[in-house]
Amino acid sequence: MRSDHGQIAPLGLKIAASFGLLFLHAPILLIFVYAFTTEEKSYQWPPPGLTAQWFAVTWNRPDVWEALSLSVRVAAISTAVALVLGTLCAAAVSRSKFFGRETISLLVILPIALPGIITGIALRSAFALTDIPFSFWTIVLGHATFCVVVVYNNAVARFRRTSGSMIEASMDLGADGVQTFRYVVLPNIATALLAGGMLAFALSFDEVIVTTFTAGQQQTLPIWMLEELIRPRQRPVTNVVAMVVVLVTLLPILFAYYLTRDGDQIAGSGK
Amino acid sequence: MSVSTVSQYSAAPAILPAASGMRGVLSDAFWRRPKLLLLLMLLPPVLWLGIIYIGSLFALLLQSFFSIDEFSGLINREFTLKTYGDLFQAANLDIILRTVTMAATVTLASAVIAFPIAYYAARYARGRWKALFYLAVMLPLWSSYLVKIYAWKLILAKEGILTWLFAKLNLLWLLDAWLSLPVVGGNSLSVSFTGTFIVFVYVWLPFMILPMQAALERVPGNLIEASADLGASPGQTFRNVLLPLALPGIVAGSIFTFSLTLGDYIIPQVIGTSRLFIGQAVYTQQGTAGNIPLAAAFAVVPIVIMGLYLWMAKRMGAFDAL
Repeated sequence: MRSDHGQIAPLGLKIAASFGLLFLHAPILLIFVYAFTTEEKSYQWPPPGLTAQWFAVTWNRPDVWEALSLSVRVAAISTAVALVLGTLCAAAVSRSKFFGRETISLLVILPIALPGIITGIALRSAFALTDIPFSFWTIVLGHATFCVVVVYNNAVARFRRTSGSMIEASMDLGADGVQTFRYVVLPNIATALLAGGMLAFALSFDEVIVTTFTAGQQQTLPIWMLEELIRPRQRPVTNVVAMVVVLVTLLPILFAYYLTRDGDQIAGSGK
Repeated sequence: MSVSTVSQYSAAPAILPAASGMRGVLSDAFWRRPKLLLLLMLLPPVLWLGIIYIGSLFALLLQSFFSIDEFSGLINREFTLKTYGDLFQAANLDIILRTVTMAATVTLASAVIAFPIAYYAARYARGRWKALFYLAVMLPLWSSYLVKIYAWKLILAKEGILTWLFAKLNLLWLLDAWLSLPVVGGNSLSVSFTGTFIVFVYVWLPFMILPMQAALERVPGNLIEASADLGASPGQTFRNVLLPLALPGIVAGSIFTFSLTLGDYIIPQVIGTSRLFIGQAVYTQQGTAGNIPLAAAFAVVPIVIMGLYLWMAKRMGAFDAL
């Protein structure tokens, strides 16, 4: 039993921690108010009036839909690639010790440990050297590379908890490799993969730094938002898009947390 | 049945007959040679990361040794150190110095703001509250990066909520006085270094809280009590007991805040002055200027700085707290 049970925090610490949390959350809440403002030329506070008309305006914007569709397609394919690569890598690293194991963990983590701009400019210069033109697939190439680590982290944590003797038992009882994977391994790691996949999707859906180097003229939703941030043209539409993005990314994070909350190294603790 | 009669002598009775079909043969082969399976599992991820990522990093390094022909604007693919020499021009050194100073102040400020949250979550929050604290840090961490920056554009705008708040509190003179200061000031908060600084701290703060909390969880509560029992004031306990024990966690968190600030180019572009940071220099050199070699050389700067930083962090034992 830990000796610090039931202690009460000093008041100063409570206040400082509350202010810290307020600092983290108030800006995001503000987005929700701005989505309803009637003001369209400036960022005036308090809003002169409230309206829901911008939701309809945004709904009828083809450029927003196109950017959204590109982002979703990129995120879906990158997540699929990352799921396969991340799971394979996690299975290999967790089931045995071999020469170069540490190097492989480092290799997986590196794309997210180095600043995004380095991944971006590295890919950009590789495309320039090999004369690969920008396309949908150049975006996917970049995204899948840094999504692998999210799936890997979740899968590795789960594999560590899964006993290897279950696989041996399955094989002893006459199942072949495919059956063992289908009926023994997969059910054990399914929720970890789901959590990792959702986080990878969220990561890709939101990525902008690497994308600016690999997209050429194409617009993903974050790039659409970035243009609005630098040269604001349609503030009300941007406000609505921002609010929707907050809501859409909130759900997978909460769900991923729910899936991995007990015991595992919890999903997402290393973005 | 034919299998068992034929191999009456060779097969031990407890062992099943050899599996039939392609799948069975493969399963048996992998079971007998786990190394083979391991190799097959590792091959796709290692090939992908090795070719696409490490290959690209080499391409980047290679490009940084090329140079650009100043008249034609074409890239001269011959080995030269000229591009690295360009980094030492006064304007470029300024950019590097500005970025490193910003990264250092952002790291310090995040550590100060993160500490109370991490300490409360590690030592006092229990059960439901602990989960709530965890989510309260995770949600801002995972919310959209651009939306967070956008929120601050709204807050820091001249007509925005912060100016309104200062006016309500009759403190506008204070804001104006701050904005009239030479380096940190500007026309409004959204076009000043102060604004850039605030947004950097906001966006990277969760990356500091999580490792710090992990380190603080490992500080035994009875050490704090023992220190108090022996007559130390809370300040002394903090300085002599808590801080040294939490230091690896702080250093681990600072790796993120420092590295992320070094490489970011969007925050200073959206909120800040027209003076460049390393990330912006990389972006403009490869984009409008078309000078990929100089962009590559600029990108090597954060890699070198982070290399030194990681080496020092490792000596301080920060990696045990990750």
